[in-house]
Amino acid sequence: MTIPEANLWGLAAEGGGHEVPVIDPGAASGVFSLMWLVIALPAAGALVLLLGGALFDKAVSRWGHLLGCATVLGSFLVSLAMFVGLLGRDEAERQVGQHLFTWFQAGSLDVGFDLLYDQLSALFLLLITGVGSLIHIYSIGYMEHDPRRRRFFGYLNLFVAAMLMLVLAGNYVGVFLGWEGVGLASYLLIGFWQHKPSAAAAAKKAFVINRVGDIGLSLAIALMFVTFGTTAFSTISEVSGEASESTLNAIGLLLLLAACGKSAQVPLQAWLLDAMEGPTPVSALIHAATMVTAGVYLVVRSNFVFELAPAAQTAVVVVGAVTLLWGAVIGCAKDDIKKALAGSTMSQIGYMMLAAGLGVAGYAFAIFHLLTHGFFKANMFLGAGSVMHGMNDDVDMRHYGGLRTEMRFTFWTFLFGYLAIIGFPGTAGYFSKDKIIEAAFGENIWVGLAALLGAGITAFYMTRVVLMTFFTKPRWEKDVHPHESPLVMTVPLMILGALSLVGGLMMFGWIGDWLAPVVGAEEHHDLPIPVWAIIALTLTVVAIGVGIAWMLVQQREVPREAPQDVSFVTRAARADLYGDAINDTLVVEPGAATVRALTAIDDGVVDGAVEGGALAVAGAGSRLRRLQNGFVRSYALTILGGVLLVALTLMAVTLA
Amino acid sequence: MNIEAYIALSAILFSIGTIGVLTRRNAIVVFMCVELMLNACNLALVAFAKQHGNLDGQVTAFFVMVVAAAEVVVGLAIIMTIFRTRRSASVDDASLLKY
Repeated sequence: MTIPEANLWGLAAEGGGHEVPVIDPGAASGVFSLMWLVIALPAAGALVLLLGGALFDKAVSRWGHLLGCATVLGSFLVSLAMFVGLLGRDEAERQVGQHLFTWFQAGSLDVGFDLLYDQLSALFLLLITGVGSLIHIYSIGYMEHDPRRRRFFGYLNLFVAAMLMLVLAGNYVGVFLGWEGVGLASYLLIGFWQHKPSAAAAAKKAFVINRVGDIGLSLAIALMFVTFGTTAFSTISEVSGEASESTLNAIGLLLLLAACGKSAQVPLQAWLLDAMEGPTPVSALIHAATMVTAGVYLVVRSNFVFELAPAAQTAVVVVGAVTLLWGAVIGCAKDDIKKALAGSTMSQIGYMMLAAGLGVAGYAFAIFHLLTHGFFKANMFLGAGSVMHGMNDDVDMRHYGGLRTEMRFTFWTFLFGYLAIIGFPGTAGYFSKDKIIEAAFGENIWVGLAALLGAGITAFYMTRVVLMTFFTKPRWEKDVHPHESPLVMTVPLMILGALSLVGGLMMFGWIGDWLAPVVGAEEHHDLPIPVWAIIALTLTVVAIGVGIAWMLVQQREVPREAPQDVSFVTRAARADLYGDAINDTLVVEPGAATVRALTAIDDGVVDGAVEGGALAVAGAGSRLRRLQNGFVRSYALTILGGVLLVALTLMAVTLA
Repeated sequence: MNIEAYIALSAILFSIGTIGVLTRRNAIVVFMCVELMLNACNLALVAFAKQHGNLDGQVTAFFVMVVAAAEVVVGLAIIMTIFRTRRSASVDDASLLKY
């Protein structure tokens, strides 16, 4: 085959002369001068809760959770005020930069602590602080009986501060700071119940796999500095066209590696399912609504690189398409409610990645789906947490059943989230996901079909989750008394449930135009199939998925123990499609073998040379010391011999 | 003045002394042989000084005598002490300081 890959996939972008939107922030004034406060509030909260709490544990524990909520709510209010301020401005003035101080300077490398508030970061700020506030409030109830609640809120605040840093930074070094910060917070929170070996292992796994991605980001930053002499978005967006395409492809692929790590995309996906060991609010905030979408943010934010790097863009699409099916298949076989939702998260981020890889046609939809997904997935995770709360922390859906009458609020809000994710007409997911499927068909028929198939599988596994949890016959033990959670937990659920229903409608009309100055205007696409046909096709596929789930789950008995005589596919999906086995075979085992070989070389060759030398010298010494025999006359003979030798040598030299 | 005769005598005396040090066991005799070697050297020094017509060799010979006198004091004292404790003046008997 000599056809270049880009052509094979039919995704080659237009050649040179491609215009990318330039980021040109104005100076911060008025309400925008409070920009730094958005990050500083939760950061201060984390400082007080973690450091102050270490000194005055009892006092801080009494009001720590309230402080944790207050800082994030404060950030939300500032974000809201800034958003309103942004709405009041002309479109040309909607990008605001704030230079706080020079961070570091070395030679020609001059990195400022710069913040950039534009249309893209505005939406992220609202999502992170808004959903973050709700999840903080929910956690008051969820973590009520945990003796380390104060620390939990400290970590949550740390996470929010880092995440806000990530999306507010005006250069890639600032993004990196946030990127590492959320990685640390994620590690701390996955392993929050560190007394469980599984949680400690999961935290380490997440951290190590994320490191692989982080290498990509740091190399990309280094390459950008070498190529452009700066890491600021504003400058790079202006001059990115001057770099060669191969350089931009390299930067793009490195950024994609980073995105794969943080967003749990194939091939760095294996950590997300284990990350469910963390407390459920953590899964909702970090591993569904915000942190795992940072990869999508990175790709969309770097549109000025990806637009000019067709090979990297193709790679993004492929990664997205593979992951959306990968995660969906895993979600179908999991009996652990949180792991089923985690598979779904992976799959939905695959959709976003796919959209982000489509270029200008998809950036806005990627962000749109990211926001609606933030609503409905946080809603469903919190709902799952509420169910676990009422079921003695049991996560196995085979032990649930018939909970719709026991937990009415949880059931209805979960149902709204369910409708949103399968894309029921009118709900949030209908607008965002169908747009992505449409755009995918606009680019390439195979990518479109993958997205369509994903929609069907999504409908299947989500219906399965809802049926096994809230419908079917009750299967719980006699000593379990399911009960509705307190209001502090259900009110956030209701708000998120409402957003799952109307979130799509709220943003559908304007988000494309709103983001256009950052990511470029949508081109007109000639679809191979008319739009109404795609919508009809999608709805049909979704209906089939729901129908199959209904037949397989509702129409049969659900056994309390998972049946073992299942097909190969189910077994593979239960084992996360052998993600761990693949990593073990490809990376861990060769790595361990290399280390073993190196150890052997170190022990045998390096240590052998040193120890062998020592042995030789010691052996020679033990023989030579026999000369020291104590007889003075033999010493005298030796001296005489020596003198004669010296004298003869001198004479030989002099005469010669 | 025939320098060769002096040098030959000096060499003969030195060789006698050397052979004595190497072959005799009695510490006193070894000691005397050492003195013989020293004085053979002195003879050579003085002879060369005379031939060159300066005093360097003679001064050195005096130094050697002074040092030899001091050495005799210390050396004889050591030999006496060893003889008192071990009832022997053989240098081969005093061979404890070894490997």
